[in-house]
Amino acid sequence: MFPETWQFNIANHINNFVNWLLDTFAVFFDGLSSVVLNLLMNIHSALDAIPWWIIILTIALFAWFVSRSIVTVTILAILPVFIGLFGLWPLAMETLAIILTAVVIALIIGIPIGVLMAEFKPIEAIIRPILDAMQTMPSFVYLIPALMFFGLGKVPGVLATVIYSTPPVMRLTCLGLNQVPSEVEEAALAYGATRWQLLKEARLPLAMPSILAGVNQTTMMALAMVVIASMIGAGGLGYEVLISINRVNVGRGFEAGISVVILAIVIDRLTQGFAKRFEPPTT
Amino acid sequence: MSSAIEVSDLWKIYQNGKQQLPLDDVEKLEQLKESGEIVIAVREVSFNVEPGEVFVVMGLSGSGKSTLIRCLLRLVEPTRGSIIINENDVTSMNQKDLTFFRRQEASMIFQHYGLLPHRTVIDNVAFGLKLKGISKEERYSKAREMLDTVGLQGWEEYYPGSLSGGMRQRVGIARALVADPPVLLMDEPFSGLDPLIRREMQDELVKLQQSMNKTIFFVTHDLDEGMTLGDRMAVMKDGKFVQVGKPEEVLADPADDYVARFVQDKKKQIEMADKERSKKDEELSRNVS
Ligand SMILES: Nc1ncnc2c1ncn2[C@@H]1O[C@H](COP(=O)(O)OP(=O)(O)OP(=O)(O)O)[C@@H](O)[C@H]1O
Ligand SMILES: [Mg+2]
Repeated sequence: MFPETWQFNIANHINNFVNWLLDTFAVFFDGLSSVVLNLLMNIHSALDAIPWWIIILTIALFAWFVSRSIVTVTILAILPVFIGLFGLWPLAMETLAIILTAVVIALIIGIPIGVLMAEFKPIEAIIRPILDAMQTMPSFVYLIPALMFFGLGKVPGVLATVIYSTPPVMRLTCLGLNQVPSEVEEAALAYGATRWQLLKEARLPLAMPSILAGVNQTTMMALAMVVIASMIGAGGLGYEVLISINRVNVGRGFEAGISVVILAIVIDRLTQGFAKRFEPPTT
Repeated sequence: MSSAIEVSDLWKIYQNGKQQLPLDDVEKLEQLKESGEIVIAVREVSFNVEPGEVFVVMGLSGSGKSTLIRCLLRLVEPTRGSIIINENDVTSMNQKDLTFFRRQEASMIFQHYGLLPHRTVIDNVAFGLKLKGISKEERYSKAREMLDTVGLQGWEEYYPGSLSGGMRQRVGIARALVADPPVLLMDEPFSGLDPLIRREMQDELVKLQQSMNKTIFFVTHDLDEGMTLGDRMAVMKDGKFVQVGKPEEVLADPADDYVARFVQDKKKQIEMADKERSKKDEELSRNVS
């Protein structure tokens, strides 16, 4: 047994510290919270307002654009119908809204930071170890800071998802920029490109496939996290899974689980196909 | 009139760390070189190129040709020495002047083309003009003209990936010519092409040069190419110019063993051809008589 007299709890101190932070930076936290909530509500109500068949039609069109294959289009259009048949359509839209909100924020933060990492080596030297450390942490851990600062609800759910899903797009943006062939960069410089022009005209377009692969990964991570974030009140399909687990209702859990998988397949195919469209053309 | 390109005492030393180099102490430099800490890619190179002249630099792989030509645009930062191109002191320019200089005064053509794979042929040709902020109509009309000149009309909307090597290099040449710079820098532009196409491109360059009269700095490792194109040639070895002169002079009177070995095959070829010709002449005269 560990000696009891040695025990030392820092839980209280941490709670106090967080409270102090919350008080001191109330404006910041409230502002952030309302911005995120606003974005989420807008996206959610838009998704709710759109009739289901228009959403499926949009998926089909998108699938056609990225794949040009009837089979792919058919599969990707039929799969979401099952979510509706299970009666989980509104919950799926809730989940999708959180994913979209989180991904939008993750991209707004992640892509510029990825660019900065590639352009300025010291920035990369600081951020890369942080990303590496983040990668080793189990996804549950991301719930804690979100919970600490925003309590239970949708906003912490979105923010935990953002934190969890931003690293891939940062990494792959940086990687894509670093992989631009030196011949192309050299030619651009030789013709008098400024640093900014080099980035805009040559580096970013050539890094596009990699950046979009990052967008794909970020989206998939967001989906995975959203399910977990239901534990702190994000709602959606994840919550349905959680309830089913608690009540040992295998059937209900199965329906919700399949719906999550369907969502994952559709999002993955669409974003991956989109990334492929950006490979340098050969004709 | 002053020279188009004046280079004096140019050095380029690649090094791993950032330590101060003992530039004036040749022995120490040699030691560092032996120990593998530095590579002296260009050493003590001085030369002038006159306006309208085609100056060829020849040398084996690793002799420092690419480094030298990149120094002229400061794509590689020279360690020491001065470069003056059309009365612009390249070595002392700040970043802004340098960018302006690259857009205006000298264009480079690369062995591996250096085209933008995500841009169409016409956008590649117009690239330099775009960087200068020239309007779309103007740069497209100029680019189109240039594509005609290099024989690529009708290929405007294709991407480089679908072109053959020869055609890609034509795009590279059009891109270089479109801004009409007085100086062209060419780093083994035809080395990646198969012999027939290479020949064709060389002939076309000669023809083009007759009408445009640029100052051309041409790097190659192919003696034939150097002889056909060059008004003068420099032979480079381990970063140094070991001989500079007219191609015939270099051929007739090699400065050292290295140059002699470089040119000996060519010499033999020419001697053979001469013999053949005199034999034919003899036969001819015999037949006539
Ligand atoms: N970035 C670099 N860092 C270190 N050493 C370099 C670098 N670039 C070139 N070198 C070295 O400098 C020397 C000259 O290289 P350079 O590419 O100029 O030769 P080259 O004459 O163009 O050869 P090739 O015919 O193969 O193109 C070589 O020994 C090469 O290994
Ligand atoms: Mg070279």
